[in-house]
Amino acid sequence: MTANPASRWGLRVLGLGYLTMLLLIPLVMIFYKTFEDGIGPPLDAITSPDGLHALKLSLLMVAISVPLNTIFGIGCALLLVRHKSKLNPVIDAVINLPFAVSPVVIGLSLFLLYGTDGWFAFLGEEGIKILFSVPGMVLASIFVSLPFVVRETVPVLQEIGTDQEQAASTLGANGWQTFWKVTLPSIRWGVAYGVVLTTARVLGEFGAVTIVSGSISGQTQTLPLFVEKQYQNFNQTGAYGASLVLALLALVTLLAMNLLKRKEDA
Amino acid sequence: MGISVEGANKRFGDFQALNDVAIEVPDGSLTALLGPSGSGKSTLLRAIAGLEDLDSGQVTINGEDATRKPPQQRGVGFVFQHYAAFKHMTVYDNVAFGLKIRKWKKPETSKRVHELLQLVQLDGLAGRFPSQLSGGQRQRMALARALAVEPQVLLLDEPFGALDAKVRKDLRTWLRRLHDEMHVTTIFVTHDQEEAMDVADQLVVMNEGQVEQTGSADELYEHPANEFVMSFVGEVNRLGDDFVRPHDMEIVLDADDRTQEGLVQRIVTLGFEVRVELVLSDGTEVWAQLTRAELQRLELREGQIAYLRPIQAKSFNGSSPSNPDGASTPLGSQDGGDAGLPAAV
Repeated sequence: MTANPASRWGLRVLGLGYLTMLLLIPLVMIFYKTFEDGIGPPLDAITSPDGLHALKLSLLMVAISVPLNTIFGIGCALLLVRHKSKLNPVIDAVINLPFAVSPVVIGLSLFLLYGTDGWFAFLGEEGIKILFSVPGMVLASIFVSLPFVVRETVPVLQEIGTDQEQAASTLGANGWQTFWKVTLPSIRWGVAYGVVLTTARVLGEFGAVTIVSGSISGQTQTLPLFVEKQYQNFNQTGAYGASLVLALLALVTLLAMNLLKRKEDA
Repeated sequence: MGISVEGANKRFGDFQALNDVAIEVPDGSLTALLGPSGSGKSTLLRAIAGLEDLDSGQVTINGEDATRKPPQQRGVGFVFQHYAAFKHMTVYDNVAFGLKIRKWKKPETSKRVHELLQLVQLDGLAGRFPSQLSGGQRQRMALARALAVEPQVLLLDEPFGALDAKVRKDLRTWLRRLHDEMHVTTIFVTHDQEEAMDVADQLVVMNEGQVEQTGSADELYEHPANEFVMSFVGEVNRLGDDFVRPHDMEIVLDADDRTQEGLVQRIVTLGFEVRVELVLSDGTEVWAQLTRAELQRLELREGQIAYLRPIQAKSFNGSSPSNPDGASTPLGSQDGGDAGLPAAV
């Protein structure tokens, strides 16, 4: 396409302006506000016992939800792409549900299921606490972040086709060997993108987790919930500081993947 | 010994890919499965490799029933049209794949891989990735990879289909030489009759999921079993119920009782060979293959009237009593009228 210079520059200014207004300025504002009174106040907020606990809990959510969703996501993508079935469109639609349903609704549905009158109320009677504790929050995190690995892996699987896998089988590799030596290395970047998105989603999840956790300081508060609490308590510097930590965690995830990829390409 | 397939049927939805197919591939031979796309040749090859399950029928490899065996246990080497190179592995690791699966020790693996890379003339490129190779090199790598595990049979699915004409020709000559050295029973699929005739000992012509004819290149060319084989293994003109090869069409300037009148439409010189295209009085378009010398002797020009005399014709329907088997009928001196070529004049 050969657009004339004027319209090309026009498009660039429009695109960059849009991104600046919607993404960059708000993020820069957080940086600015966080360090408005020096590094002390935000640092205090984050290193407070509740702040540290929130950070740890958020990381725990990632440590549990991301591996589970990765394993499930790869398996599900393999099922959808490699095993043609009449049920596939149904599975496909169900996987998209967390994208379509508001997180608050997801939180409520978990509440109804595991609450005192829910189907799984007996778990509580057995002493297994789901709501207002870590298991419920993990369930909510898994629910909201479930589609990412599947969605990122399916197109890559479709693109690589089955030739390489069939070649491996004629060379004597069984299904498991073929998966580890051929399929997984071929789809690893799709999976990696899925993992990054899943991580970011789990770190940032607010709606569903708020409802099932009850947001108890120092107990069931993840970083986003901590941010909200600080903000409600007029500790805005604390809120900004915690927000910044969240943003940095996401950035580190992205960066780690880019570094890995660069090493791979070299 | 060798490979045999009996009563093979395979259906994909409404499409009958294989319809009661039987083939025999002699031990150590190089056999071509030849046919147009959709003829079932690739399905048959994949069924032999175990990459496709037959609905019914039996596959025997070197005397053993392989019908229910998974591909891992059939002892086949398979080469795919689009190489199926492991893109994330180097050339070395691609070729070593089957050996690593078989838990070969490192020094033996290395020795074998380098022998094979030498054989396929890629020895200097062991450290490259497939994306850094040309199409021809990738296919040679795929061949080395398939040969590494010393397969009992080598199966190639349109191995040169994705390559350009020059590389295709080089590779098929090279494949023939390789086969002559290794003597591993080989089947390759192609839709290119010239390629099949050039390389294979035995050709199996397939069409619409069935085997039309099996034989050597000469047998198929000289004694085609039916119209399909005749037109698939070479050029052919149709004159009424008769089929005539362009080089069996004589052009003369004087009419007699066995000639047909035609208008010379186009004369194409292709090096030594000359292609003369004519339209007969009934509108049929035919062409004759002449040598340059013949053309000069006849002094043919486009737009002039000439007379065609088929030297040899074949007929495949039962209506012509003189050649019920589709055997060739020399339209020579004795009773040329049998071939049913009415004089057009």
